[in-house]
Amino acid sequence: MDRVYLDNAATTRIDPEVFQAMKPYFEEEYANPSSSYRFAGAINGKIQKVREEIAGFLGAKSQEIFFTSGGSESDNWAIKGIADSLREKGNHIITTKIEHHAVLHTCEFLERHGYEVTYLEVDEFGLVDPKEFEEAIKPNTILASVMFANNEIGTIQPIPELGRIAHEHGVLFHTDAVQAFGHIPIDVQKMNIDLLSASAHKLNGPKGVGLLYIKSGVKLSNLIHGGAQERGRRAGTTNAPGIIGFGKAVSLAKERLEESAAYEKKLRDKLIQRVTAEIPYTKFNGHPEKRLPNNANFCFRFVEGESLLILLDQKGICASSGSACTSGALDPSHVLLAIGLPHEIAHGSVRFTLSRETTEEEIDYTVDTLKEIVDRLRSMSPLYEDFVAKSQNKA
Amino acid sequence: MSQVTEYSEKVMDHFSNPRNVGEIENASGVGTVGNAKCGDIMRMYLAIDENGIIQEAKFKTFGCGAAVATSSMATELVKGKTVQEALLVTNKAVMEALDGLPPIKVHCSLLAEEAIHAALWDYAQKNQITIEGLKPPVTDIDETEEFYQQQEE
Repeated sequence: MDRVYLDNAATTRIDPEVFQAMKPYFEEEYANPSSSYRFAGAINGKIQKVREEIAGFLGAKSQEIFFTSGGSESDNWAIKGIADSLREKGNHIITTKIEHHAVLHTCEFLERHGYEVTYLEVDEFGLVDPKEFEEAIKPNTILASVMFANNEIGTIQPIPELGRIAHEHGVLFHTDAVQAFGHIPIDVQKMNIDLLSASAHKLNGPKGVGLLYIKSGVKLSNLIHGGAQERGRRAGTTNAPGIIGFGKAVSLAKERLEESAAYEKKLRDKLIQRVTAEIPYTKFNGHPEKRLPNNANFCFRFVEGESLLILLDQKGICASSGSACTSGALDPSHVLLAIGLPHEIAHGSVRFTLSRETTEEEIDYTVDTLKEIVDRLRSMSPLYEDFVAKSQNKA
Repeated sequence: MSQVTEYSEKVMDHFSNPRNVGEIENASGVGTVGNAKCGDIMRMYLAIDENGIIQEAKFKTFGCGAAVATSSMATELVKGKTVQEALLVTNKAVMEALDGLPPIKVHCSLLAEEAIHAALWDYAQKNQITIEGLKPPVTDIDETEEFYQQQEE
C-alpha cells in the first residue's frame, strides 16, 4: 500500500469541495474584507454567511463566533482573556491534567503571573469526576477549562454536567473542542458552554483558521491587539479564504456527521477488536464507549513507540505515539501518565485516528503489519526476554 | 516525530537492520542499563576468550530508533577488541560511527557506552579480575511489575 493515513487527529486532508470553495478567494476575490469598496463588501457578506452557518451548527448566535488562527490561539485567548478581565474577581482557574498543551502551558504561564491553577486528576479511562470538579471550586475561581474530547485517547468528558456545576457556582466554563467539533454533536446552549475553541483543519478544512465561541455577555480581554477586525476583538487581516473553507467544511460536517461517525466507529471497533485479540500484552487506552468515533489508542507492552512508528512508516502507515522520543521530551505523554500508566508502558503507545476515507482493507493491512512489527520489536526487547523467563520460572 | 527525520542514513540502517541482535548463552559478561522511565533499556552480552578478546557481542534493546542503532553499532565496535580496547569505545566513538545523532538522542549513545561497561563489569566480577578504569554500573528500578500486580488484584 502506498500510504495508509491514520493520523486524522493530527490533521485531516482538505476536502476537495472545501478547496474548490476557497480557490476564488485567493485568485479573484482577493480584496481585504476590511476595505470600503464593493469589491471587499461582497467578501464580507460571504464571511457573515459563514459565521451564521457555523453559529447555527453550534446552537450559537453569529455575533458569538470569532475567527482566529486556530485551536491554540483560541485556547490562549479564552484563558488569558478571562484571567485578565476577571482578575479583580479572582485568580483561580480549574483545568485537568489531560488538556492539550495549548491549555496547560497557558495555565502554567498564568501561574507565573500570580494566578492559581488546579489541575484535576482523571480516572483510568481519562474521565473527570464531576464531584471532584465541584469540590475544586473556590470563592476565587473565575474559570474552568475542560476539553470536550481528548486528542490522544479520545475520551469524551461529561461537558453538560461540568458546565452546569460551574454555572451553579458562578464560574465561567471553557472547553477545548478541537477534536470534537465537527465529529460529534455540540450545542453550546444545551451544554452550558461559555467559551469554546475549535479548529478547521481537524474536519477537512484548511490549516490556519479556527474559532472562539464567546457567549454574549461574557467579557474577556483581547489577545491580539491591532486593527478592528472581528468587531474589534481580534486584530489581523481577515483570513477570507480560510474562513470560507472553514464554512464549507462545517456545512459538509453537518451533512455527514452521523454517517461518518457510524462508518468510522465500525472500522475503529474492528481495529480495536483485532488488535486486542491478535496481539498479546496489549492495553487498550481510553473509555470503551465515551470516546471519539475515530480514535483507537493502544499500548504494546515491552516495545517502544518511536521504534514502532518508524517501522509502521516504512510500511506506509502514518500513526502517532505518546512516547517521549516522539515529543522531544524525556517523559512520555502526560495524558497516559494521568490515566495511571507507568512510564514504560506509556512509551509503547500508538494512536490511530481514522477518517471517512479509511477503508476496511487499510485496517486489515494495518493490523497485519502491526502484528509483525510488535513481534519483531519484542524479539529484541530485554523486557520481553525477562518477562518470558519469569513466566517460565513460574510454570 | 520531528527528530526521526533527522536520523542519519547510518542510524536508519542500523535501526532497520540491526547487527548482532540476540542473546549469548553462558556469556562471559552480561550488562543491562537504562531506565524504563526514560524509555530506553539496553542489554549487552559479551563472549570473551581466555586472551581477553571479545569474540562475540550481542544485544537486546527496548527503546527508540537511536537506542537500537547505538546498541547495534556498539556491538560492532567492540567485536574483536580486547577488554581494555573495548573501554575506549565511548559514546563519542559510537556517535561518530553513526554519522552523528540528533541532540536529543545523544543520551542513547551514553547508554550504549554504559552497556559495554556493565557487561565488562559482569565479566570482571565473574572472573574476579580488575579492569583498570572500569566503574560499577548503576541499575534502575522498574515500576512496571508493580502496575501489573495491581491490575491483577
